[in-house]
Amino acid sequence: MTFLRPLIIFLALLALWQAVVWLTGAPRYILPGPGLVAEALVARWPEILPNAGVTIAEILLGLLLGTLLGCSSALVLAWFRPARRWLLPVFVSSQAIPVFALAPILVLWLGYGLASKVAMATLIIFFPVTAAFFDGLRRTEPGWLDLAKTMGASPWRTLRHLRIPAALPALASGIRVAAAVAPIGAIVGEWVGSSAGLGYLMLQANARLQIDLMFAALFVLAVFAVSLYFLIDRLLTKALSWQADDGSPPR
Amino acid sequence: MTAKKDQESARGSESLNHETGAPTIQLDAAALAYNGQRLFQDLHLTLPGGRTTCLLGPSGVGKTSLLRLIAGLAAEAEGEARDGAGRPVTDRIAYMAQQDLLLPWASVLDNVLLGLRLRGEPITQARRDQARDLLDSLRVGASAAQRPAQLSIGMRQRVALARTLMEERPIVLMDEPFSALDAITRYELQGLAARRLSGRTLLLVTHDPLEALRLGHEIYVMAGRPARLGQALQPAGAPPRDPADPEILAHQAELLKRLATAHSESEE
Repeated sequence: MTFLRPLIIFLALLALWQAVVWLTGAPRYILPGPGLVAEALVARWPEILPNAGVTIAEILLGLLLGTLLGCSSALVLAWFRPARRWLLPVFVSSQAIPVFALAPILVLWLGYGLASKVAMATLIIFFPVTAAFFDGLRRTEPGWLDLAKTMGASPWRTLRHLRIPAALPALASGIRVAAAVAPIGAIVGEWVGSSAGLGYLMLQANARLQIDLMFAALFVLAVFAVSLYFLIDRLLTKALSWQADDGSPPR
Repeated sequence: MTAKKDQESARGSESLNHETGAPTIQLDAAALAYNGQRLFQDLHLTLPGGRTTCLLGPSGVGKTSLLRLIAGLAAEAEGEARDGAGRPVTDRIAYMAQQDLLLPWASVLDNVLLGLRLRGEPITQARRDQARDLLDSLRVGASAAQRPAQLSIGMRQRVALARTLMEERPIVLMDEPFSALDAITRYELQGLAARRLSGRTLLLVTHDPLEALRLGHEIYVMAGRPARLGQALQPAGAPPRDPADPEILAHQAELLKRLATAHSESEE
């Protein structure tokens, strides 16, 4: 059942796609049907595969880096009161800046290669991870903190043995959001300036009116992004099985 | 000067319970305001060493606040609990709340070992064995490797009791630890706790007069605003007492009457 339902949804979406093509009579250079895209996928596979590898590397590196940075900054915020007072407003207001507007600058500074795209993905991920983990760190069940105090715990050990584990479910939701938005960062970075990647391939195909190749690249990206999300979701749920047993800390 | 010191140290040793070494606790002129309302002020309380003191009273009167003050958890309160020699006691207490406060991610055994971990003490095989023995003696040993969520409320409260005992503190503060339990489990756990905690200086906050009469050497009713403590009731015999004893039942009626008065006072 676990695999049957996604498969049925997938097939239904393909059918819908084909139905739209038939009903609207859209020409193949506007909306190619699933069959044409599948053909392009097979025929152009040697071209798609290395580009997909580049994009996947950008997404995974960005995800890793953004999560690490986000966790560290949440810990700094939770640990140092001055950091909370000075940095938190900066983090929050920086979110008003559209990150995409930074993409050209990142490309200018870091070049056309992998680095600017990883930086872009990292920037997008950083805030949701920081916000989620920090929120978890300061919402520790007060009863646990009282207990720790009567037990003679140091602030450091309270953080390590109580506050961090208690904040892991919140961090996990942050990482889920990160997994969903990381591909956006990578693709936007590629559109602004790159020499490889699925985003680059899509732009090239678009310019040459190879719409079926464009859709094939989009399809590969979508499959990878969705698989990444569900894989991470699964792993997190499994790693935090204690949370599923219970839902929330006892009140 | 010397005479005064001698006197003080004499008082200090007197106030220790000689059999168990559990200190007597003095709370002088304690005060706490909450939202501009004085919950209590100029409150005096003595918890005799090695004895169980029960604190009854209507909800919201400040019982929990008083217990938290003694535990050093009420930063906004005035007054500090000290032993007979005038030393603070917060480093010698174990605290047990109404909720079991078990960590959902840790096994039952790790929950019992939490205090060691939080103080950075080495968790040796001997300490593990000690924790296991405690769990066995409270009849939850079979669940040592399980997570708290897999246990019933009664079993979880037993684990919380094991964690409290593992602390090996001479003073134990309990805030309605049995109130979430059904009648049978509560009765069982009261007896268990009374036996395992005898000889320690125990403060038990409860809203159940019968529980206080089963377990307390001294029973106070806290009432009014600002709250007063009144005269301590000292039932005969050693706890845990038989709830069917006619004397206990007579006391229960009296306590209920006092509580009803206290309740109507606090309503005004």
